[in-house]
Amino acid sequence: MKKYHLNHLRELESESIYVMREVAAQFERPCLLFSGGKDSIVLVHLARKAFHPSQIPFPLLHIDTGHNFQEALDFRDQLVKKIGARLVVGSVQESIDKGRVTEETGYSASRNVLQTTTLLDTIAEHKFDAAIGGGRRDEEKARAKERFFSHRDEFGQWDPKNQRPELWNIFNGKKNIGEHFRVFPISNWTEMDIWQYIYMENIELPSLYYTHTREVFNRDGVWLAYAPFMKLKPNEKVEVKTVRCRTVGDITCTGLSLSTANTLEEIIQEIAATRVTERGSRYDDLRSEAAMEDRKREGYF
Amino acid sequence: MEEKFSSKGYLNMELLRFTTAGSVDDGKSTLIGRLLYDSKSIFEDQLEAVKRASIRRGNERVDLALLTDGLRAEREQGITIDVAYRYFATPKRKFIIADTPGHVQYTRNMVTGASTANAAIILIDARNGVTEQTCRHSYIASLLEIKHLIICINKMDLVEFSQDVYEKIKDEFILFSQKLNARNIHFVPISALLGDNVVEPSAIMYWYKGGTLMHILETIDIVSDYNMEDPRFPVQYVIRPQSADHPDYRGYAGRVDGGVFRKGDEIIVMPQQQRTVIESIDSFHQTLDQACPPMSVTIRVKDDIDISRGDMFVREGNLPSITQDITAMVCWMSERPLQLNGKYALKHTTKDVRCVIRDVLYKVNVNNLQQNHNDKNVTLNEIACVSLRTTKPLLTDPYKRNRKTGSLILIDEGTNNTVGVGMVMNS
Repeated sequence: MKKYHLNHLRELESESIYVMREVAAQFERPCLLFSGGKDSIVLVHLARKAFHPSQIPFPLLHIDTGHNFQEALDFRDQLVKKIGARLVVGSVQESIDKGRVTEETGYSASRNVLQTTTLLDTIAEHKFDAAIGGGRRDEEKARAKERFFSHRDEFGQWDPKNQRPELWNIFNGKKNIGEHFRVFPISNWTEMDIWQYIYMENIELPSLYYTHTREVFNRDGVWLAYAPFMKLKPNEKVEVKTVRCRTVGDITCTGLSLSTANTLEEIIQEIAATRVTERGSRYDDLRSEAAMEDRKREGYF
Repeated sequence: MEEKFSSKGYLNMELLRFTTAGSVDDGKSTLIGRLLYDSKSIFEDQLEAVKRASIRRGNERVDLALLTDGLRAEREQGITIDVAYRYFATPKRKFIIADTPGHVQYTRNMVTGASTANAAIILIDARNGVTEQTCRHSYIASLLEIKHLIICINKMDLVEFSQDVYEKIKDEFILFSQKLNARNIHFVPISALLGDNVVEPSAIMYWYKGGTLMHILETIDIVSDYNMEDPRFPVQYVIRPQSADHPDYRGYAGRVDGGVFRKGDEIIVMPQQQRTVIESIDSFHQTLDQACPPMSVTIRVKDDIDISRGDMFVREGNLPSITQDITAMVCWMSERPLQLNGKYALKHTTKDVRCVIRDVLYKVNVNNLQQNHNDKNVTLNEIACVSLRTTKPLLTDPYKRNRKTGSLILIDEGTNNTVGVGMVMNS
């Protein structure tokens, strides 16, 4: 490596840290959206670096669908304890109980869409003015045009035709009362960058990402984890398979890969050889060609 | 750790950001699709989606241009209306493409994409040669100080892969480019549709001795894009834990925007012009001997000085300008025209001030580079040289010398929208 030169991971890291610090400087009540998935775990790692030796100057916000993997919840609690962060939990179950949303029914019932309401309610309740998220532009085509600082109106909506131009590294976080921003510090990272960085920095992940055996069933070509609240179609049967998660979300929409990868090196090899995008196994994205765009407009992550 | 990646093929890759401006007609989307496809960055499910879409539209072959289609509004209209960022990697480098539409009404998007780019790909249709659009794209690339222009003479398959056509266009561009301040210009004859000289060398164009487009992207020098001469460190955030472990810690967080800072260096804190010495450069688990662009670090200094966000660390004998009067090339980004004598919020490095636009000195016609000194009316997508007066002094360098300390944005205080972007000329 040349003397005055950063490799691509260090350059991305530096960019993300810069964005985190801009959030702390420009907003009064930011929060960091934490899902227990690898991207938000990397976000927390970057936030720790950005403010070291201070603690992260904003709380972590978790939207709990009530259908989360127990491993992800355990990991969340351990991490929060280890780094001394403050945790705010928004509960979809509570939104359902309060009648804010109605539970979907049918075989594909998921709380994935419902969590948008819980998220916006929690943001309003805590008066958060910026929510840092782990969205990446390589994930999905609606995200390819997302800004680092993404403005949301008073209804939490994203208007793709009315986004502020973003040049150099100057970020405009000015807003009116009641509006907020979503901020995406890892916009420029790809799935491979995330994994290489996790490896390089030796970042701990929930066990879900490594190979394990689990009760699963196959729906439309996607392996889903079986849980008591999942309603099986007549032709679906529960089997035990050796799997791991490539992404971690709500149980109802997280597709699992059949894999024996048990170390970060093996996972990276597997990703390098994979010919399907990581969202290709997300059941929520298979709903329509513009599924993500529609959810984002309404205030999704 | 990092060693291990190299040995496995996940190298210590460099990051290259480039921009592509062009319209649907000149094959830009096809070229990007080709780069992604031939570098094996396309996943099966993406390709399947494109195949389905191609069939649905009644296209004969798989339309690689559809790979870069974004939002539903655009898919419906078949146009690209914003900057889209795309990613691919080869074993040598990781690439970020800022993909922008190229029509004149999208000048603001081109400017946005160009603002962070190390290189610009300019597409020329071999049948048409250098056009107004070529002029516009090249001018914007040079205005934004993109160090490398890669001129792709495309659709060579439609001119029988003729060397004469290629040489003629090349000469034409070289003649035209003398009006620009472009530094490194590369030429490559390609067929994006068939793949010639994009990733794979062309057998038919045996007469071309240079590298393929991919080879150029993988090998052009990017280290020199950073200013390594003038130490500039805008203070972004003050870190004060006030905890039991770190009762007295006071660190100044920020990103190095120029030059090299070393532990023990004597520095000057601007605008106070107070001298102090770098006590420590802190990263997460370690302290560093030095920091250079574009590293985000935390600097601690020896003396107890009042320092806050918006201040800047520099070095003796190499000061930025301290000025409230700024001349800047501005690109207007808003539907609402520039208001002469209007007041705007202004962001520059980590500093927020307000300003008034005192005068429009001249406007530039981006299609022929002619200057108009009489028209003061600056509207969306127009570029003009203006003079500003700020409420507080800014610490600036000419944009030509430093893209970070020479750039600014203007914000409408009523709507909070970014309405103009500027590149500092004076200092």
